[in-house]
Amino acid sequence: MNNQVFVRMEDICKTFGTVKANDHINFEVNKGEIHALLGENGAGKSTLMNMLSGIYKPDSGSIYIHNQETKIGSPKESIEKGIGMIHQHYKLVEVQTAKDNVILGQTGSIFLRPKKLSEKLTKIVAQFGLSVEPDKKIYDMSIGEKQSVEILKVLYRGADILIMDEPTAVLTPQETKKLFKIMRNMASEGCAIIIITHKLHEVMEISDRVTVLHKGATVGTLSTKDTSPRELTDLMVGKSVNLSINRPEVERGEVLLSLHHLNAIDNNNVKVLKDMSFKLYKGEILGVAGVAGSGQKELCETIAGLYPVTSGDIIYSGENIVGKSPREIIKKGIAMSFVPEDRLGMGLVASMDMIDNYLLKEHHNQKGFMIKRGPIEKVCERMVEQLEIKTPSVHHPVKQLSGGNIQKVLIGREIDSNPQVLVTAYVVRGLDIGASHTIYDLLNEEKKKGVGILFIGEDLDVLLELCDRIVVLCQGEITGVVRAKDTTKEEVGYMMAGERIEGQVVAL
Amino acid sequence: MTTFLVAMVIAGTPLLFATLGELLTEKSGNLNLGVEGMMLIGAVAGFGAGYTTGNPLLAIMGAALAGGLAALIYAFLTVTLRANQVVSGLALTIFGAGVSSFVGTNFIGKKMPVEVISAFVKIKIPLLGDIPVIGDVLFNQDYFVYMGYMIAIVIGIYLYNTRFGLSLRAIGENPSAADSSGINVTVYKYVHIIVGGALCGMGGAYLAVVAVPQWQDNITAGRGWIAIALVIFVKWNPYLAIFGSYLFGGLSIIGFRLQHLNISPQFFDALPYLVTIVVLVISSIRKSKEDSPPKGLGEPYFREER
Amino acid sequence: MRMIKRTDMTKRKAIKIRTVAIIAAILVTSVFIGSIGHNPFKVYISMIEGAFGSGYRIRDTLTITIPLIVTSIGIMIAFKMKFWNIGAEGQIIVGALFASYFALNFSYLPKVVLLPLMFIAGFIGGGLWALIPTFFKVQFGTNETIFTLMMNYVALKWVTYLQYGPWKDPASMGFPKIANFEDSALLPKLFGIHIGWVIAVILIIIITFMMNKTKQGYEISVVGESVDTANYAGMNVKKIILSALFVSGGIAGLVGMMQVSGVNQTLTTQVAAGYGYIAIITAWLSGLKPAIILPVSLLFAVMIKGGSFIETAYQIPQAASDILQSVILFFVIGSEFFIQYKLIMNKRSKKEVA
Repeated sequence: MNNQVFVRMEDICKTFGTVKANDHINFEVNKGEIHALLGENGAGKSTLMNMLSGIYKPDSGSIYIHNQETKIGSPKESIEKGIGMIHQHYKLVEVQTAKDNVILGQTGSIFLRPKKLSEKLTKIVAQFGLSVEPDKKIYDMSIGEKQSVEILKVLYRGADILIMDEPTAVLTPQETKKLFKIMRNMASEGCAIIIITHKLHEVMEISDRVTVLHKGATVGTLSTKDTSPRELTDLMVGKSVNLSINRPEVERGEVLLSLHHLNAIDNNNVKVLKDMSFKLYKGEILGVAGVAGSGQKELCETIAGLYPVTSGDIIYSGENIVGKSPREIIKKGIAMSFVPEDRLGMGLVASMDMIDNYLLKEHHNQKGFMIKRGPIEKVCERMVEQLEIKTPSVHHPVKQLSGGNIQKVLIGREIDSNPQVLVTAYVVRGLDIGASHTIYDLLNEEKKKGVGILFIGEDLDVLLELCDRIVVLCQGEITGVVRAKDTTKEEVGYMMAGERIEGQVVAL
Repeated sequence: MTTFLVAMVIAGTPLLFATLGELLTEKSGNLNLGVEGMMLIGAVAGFGAGYTTGNPLLAIMGAALAGGLAALIYAFLTVTLRANQVVSGLALTIFGAGVSSFVGTNFIGKKMPVEVISAFVKIKIPLLGDIPVIGDVLFNQDYFVYMGYMIAIVIGIYLYNTRFGLSLRAIGENPSAADSSGINVTVYKYVHIIVGGALCGMGGAYLAVVAVPQWQDNITAGRGWIAIALVIFVKWNPYLAIFGSYLFGGLSIIGFRLQHLNISPQFFDALPYLVTIVVLVISSIRKSKEDSPPKGLGEPYFREER
Repeated sequence: MRMIKRTDMTKRKAIKIRTVAIIAAILVTSVFIGSIGHNPFKVYISMIEGAFGSGYRIRDTLTITIPLIVTSIGIMIAFKMKFWNIGAEGQIIVGALFASYFALNFSYLPKVVLLPLMFIAGFIGGGLWALIPTFFKVQFGTNETIFTLMMNYVALKWVTYLQYGPWKDPASMGFPKIANFEDSALLPKLFGIHIGWVIAVILIIIITFMMNKTKQGYEISVVGESVDTANYAGMNVKKIILSALFVSGGIAGLVGMMQVSGVNQTLTTQVAAGYGYIAIITAWLSGLKPAIILPVSLLFAVMIKGGSFIETAYQIPQAASDILQSVILFFVIGSEFFIQYKLIMNKRSKKEVA
């Protein structure tokens, strides 16, 4: 056996409920190699890596670490085997120094020996070209520095297999450059590095080999220098599937909502929306495509008045709504429904029944002190019937409904408020085909009524069949606006990866 | 003046113990409002043990044990059963007051035996005790007072210079980060809540065994709540706790001495609480990262369920 | 062994678990009382006797129940929003102080004018006292638990100051006490108990109504469940928290007014008498439901009144009742865990399913 192989995963299967997250996956990483794991959301990347870090165990298949068949039962065992995972959300104690964070939980002498430790850390820092000041407090650090601390933590523990989960998602380009340099240093020092990503240009830039996953299965492992972004995109998005979603032809009306050079930053001063401009017309479904975290959530929230804008305008019926309160925006007829990853989150109160959830926005319109549930009960009952929501009664807490039914409640409520503009994000998240189609039909009905719908979605096939036009985002920036009928899945995929395609941009 | 300063240290000593106890507890991310209760239980246990055995060491150990056991109830409720910390702490206060009063009925009016009292007479530390003023105030005191400094310093070293202290601070700030670093959060919480309770118990015992030393019902008279305020006032720093406790101890006795100044003694009584409020508000306005309560304070921790 | 969140909890099951907890608590307390050398059975019986044994005792018990109910209701409103207001004690005191100001200075007014004035003053006093920490909470995120707790002592010292200083009764011959109220400032009685009980009943109805049927109550529940959702729905979260806490503190302030006007007939440092703390517990044990606050408060009043009775009648320390109260508390708050979660024994392989 080749002792250069650090990680080998053979025939890995993992099923959650009825969903095959991993379906006979094979994966191999060598010493000194940077190996990219590429795939769309839900392709099974994280599931696969969580089996290495001891969070999940495979249903079948075997894992070899340093050529030894291994069972990884817990995160602790994973660390002991030299596997270090750098999560997207850093696990650092903010009020402590880098040094303290690094030795946290390590066994050793009772007293801390700050000097000796600093020396040791400085050595690792120099060896890998990290930029960490051991005595700096975490809260004084930039995101990039924090990430370096996480890397240092893992290296200090002697890991030689590093898994990095979308390490560049929150970094500035300069920081990304630095990180890549560090990764190359680590590889040349003999570490095996796995980078989970869905950004093609990064794959091309940093990796030696790349394994592409699609819908839980391995599509192939390629040598990076022998492939191209186009080939990878094709592999990643898969073949087009016909979903036969209706797209009723509706005469496009006047402009309803237009964004002009909208900019926004997050808590860490990273730009999340960059100079974003587009128009939404009456009677159209405007799709928004992009890999996760490209600014979709922030886009929704800025329109709803929940996210601060640094510059730019959002014009709605002749008026700039930037700076207006969420309530004013609701009153003007803009409805937003965002289905977060945990499904409930914002938009619904889990422990309340359908009626109270319906009232969340509606109660502003009721006159007087009192909250009137009587009329709403009828509305909800009608909604249950129309949308075929499965619930014992409208008085049942929504958290006890199934995911699909919860989403129907959410979208049904937004539609029922008779909005002019309907912003929906991930409304079919986790739904089966039947339930998804019910929701598409509902959206099409609204489109026919002349509502302007902003549809933020994950599945390119759906976007292509349902929407009239598609805005493609990459890292908070619009890389293209295309007519859904005239484009292909591949083309959208390229734009999602940051390629601008000349001549395809539809006039804004 | 010196007599006042000496009295200030004596008045501050029960506060010091209780403050250190609550400080340890809060560093583990738990807000235990049962300080008053634990002090009272410690006071009655210490008095009972001293009174019946005449052994000063047993008095202290009895107080620590009783305080620790009381804290164990709280730890079980809040850590294992994830109960609301505020309500559990208040329940512990009622419990402590009840137990001390119930058990204490046997001791009302009883005095500490001479063997015990004589163990806690003032003892001058050579050299240090000869420093003018400071020597008399700080280094001509009883063993219990000295124990207070020592415990504060030990806790300081423990918190800031040892691996365990580092882990403890991490738990209070970000239990999930600590957990992912392989630290056993539950064990840490239990240990520090219980040790914290033991210290509160000893603080109560100082009142009953040394300062008074005669049994009175509700002997702590609200000092437990001052200790909770003190933890904030000293910014969770055990070294500062020494000075903070004596300062607040001084405030509690200064009112009588300044009556002629035409400042109402109630103003001084209220001062510890007012000062604490000001400290709390300032640190929240400045969004100070260092002087703020541990971030995990009051929140139960459990690994996300899958 | 591991635990999972229950989804199958029915009301009946939950009541069963709580009942078991209370019985267990009584058993444990019995062992304790027995070990000290008293007959626990006798203690309990005499406590009940002490609370209900005569018309006079029943009136006394109910007089204790009233402030517990009203304070619990005030606290409940704050707790619904996960605002841990433990400052009811201080809010009672300041409410009493404001009301006393009018009682002492405007005693020439007729009862029908003075009492409503005191009522309003009490409400405003308690409300303002609660608004101070709330303002800092919504503006700067200042920890409200400790802030409200400190405010209790500031309030207490304020009354002490008045009692020893500016408000000292000149007729008391140097004894530091505030003058007794004139008759015009005293709450009338109905069925031998001051009419605070009517106010308590009305308040339960009003607050139940407010929480369930009005916009404000609805918004309070939403804010308590999720501030994000409340923002999303266009609610003004700060305003909701501030106004709710004004009402919460105001209701506690009413208790202060009723205690000075209906029970003590003057202002003393003992006006709140720990009701502010006990009510936190009764509110919590009631599951923050106004209708359940009534029986729970009565139960605690019985224990308090019964406790003082056993002391005088049988020389059993009153503290036995405190111990009983706290042990019941320990068991009931501990039992919540078994309502929320269930423990199952499992092999490790099951861990990763779902």
